[in-house]
Amino acid sequence: MTPISRGFRGRRHTDVDPARVPPGQYVTGDFPVLSAGPTPHTPLESWTFTIRGAIDQPVSWSWDELQALPSEKVTVDIHCVTKWSKLDTEWTGVSLDTLLENLETSAEYVLAFSDGGYTTNVPLDDLRGGKAWVAYGYGGEPLEPEHGGPARLLVPHLYFWKSAKWVRGLDLREDDVPGFWETYGYHNYGDPWKEQRYAGD
Amino acid sequence: MERTALRGRLTWQFGTVAGVVEETARTRSIALELPDWPGHRAGQHVDVRLTAEDGYQAQRSYSIGSAPEDHDLVLTVEEIADGEVSPYLVEELHVGDSLELRGPIGGYFVWEASLGGPLLLLAGGSGVVPLRAMLRHHLASESDAPLRLLYSARSLEDVIYRDELMSVPADAEIDVRFTLTRSQPAGWHGYAGRVDRKLLEEVAWPPSEHPLVYICGPNGFVEAAASALVDLGHAPARVKTERFGPT
Repeated sequence: MTPISRGFRGRRHTDVDPARVPPGQYVTGDFPVLSAGPTPHTPLESWTFTIRGAIDQPVSWSWDELQALPSEKVTVDIHCVTKWSKLDTEWTGVSLDTLLENLETSAEYVLAFSDGGYTTNVPLDDLRGGKAWVAYGYGGEPLEPEHGGPARLLVPHLYFWKSAKWVRGLDLREDDVPGFWETYGYHNYGDPWKEQRYAGD
Repeated sequence: MERTALRGRLTWQFGTVAGVVEETARTRSIALELPDWPGHRAGQHVDVRLTAEDGYQAQRSYSIGSAPEDHDLVLTVEEIADGEVSPYLVEELHVGDSLELRGPIGGYFVWEASLGGPLLLLAGGSGVVPLRAMLRHHLASESDAPLRLLYSARSLEDVIYRDELMSVPADAEIDVRFTLTRSQPAGWHGYAGRVDRKLLEEVAWPPSEHPLVYICGPNGFVEAAASALVDLGHAPARVKTERFGPT
């Protein structure tokens, strides 16, 4: 049993359904920014989203081609490993189901890659079945660069570092390799409901 | 020290508060004795967990302000007005209390003497905490890497570690400078105003020197400083950032 912290009472949100808040998280109305380096600014004319790796031919979409694909509006809760959660965030983007449709692959894993060199690894199954998007809109507006615009991965059922900002594509892989934060001791999978923050959790 | 080599599970442990220092009106340093501490590198942080009588828990992350060579682990915490954990740490916690934490966490925003320099540290407000750990590590390891720290604070009263930072002996390797954004005392010899491209042109080494840059502070500060350095021609991969707060 954990000893109590003398004099600590806490400031609990009484207006939040506790069933929506994973263990160790607190709800914020802000949208904090966490990035390991400067914010990249890639012109949309030269922006592409590419799926490559364990497929016959890499596939690529320009910015206009991505915009022309069917988009979805989703309202989801997001959970950052630094403890904040934000409920009912509204995103616009293209489902990964749409981008992965008709692609034959032997891959079971994905390494997402971004402008600025950021990477993160996710099992391919976690990007399918209506669970993941390439999001370019937030709150009805274009996604701001500090929050990952022009487009970021959105994988809300995992800690938010898996939702790679400034995403430029997916490497389909037969083997699982750790991405950026996963190399620095963060959990390989990152399920907030199991509180998988760090390796070994 | 063999535990640092094993990158095993980060387990929760209890430290005892050995001392507190009121750094500013809203900021306090907490020195902890940790019998099981595996050691850390300058720039890393810990997760702190508080438990209320009814079992309710709250966790937050805090940067380590002490160098690996220091005896106690020091956390320096700024009180956030409507915060949940920081008001407890800044106002309630006493010497002799125990505090639960786990760490060290993070491995990217880290400087070790072996990484060399020149080393440019840009601090905004309480973002100075992990950078002070780097400065202390630089001093303790007798690194010969040139180091410049530019610390942006609202006023002189808001400068954390004020006496320590203002008495760092100016020598060929170490150069600590301040800019005060809201008010400057009479006779102030430091800079005034926010960190911008013009100030960075004056303080930073040119891109040709390939400085290693660490920027820590509120998001607006970090975004402005990092963007200005990239505009000046610094390689983004040499600019490491740690941010707090919303957009």
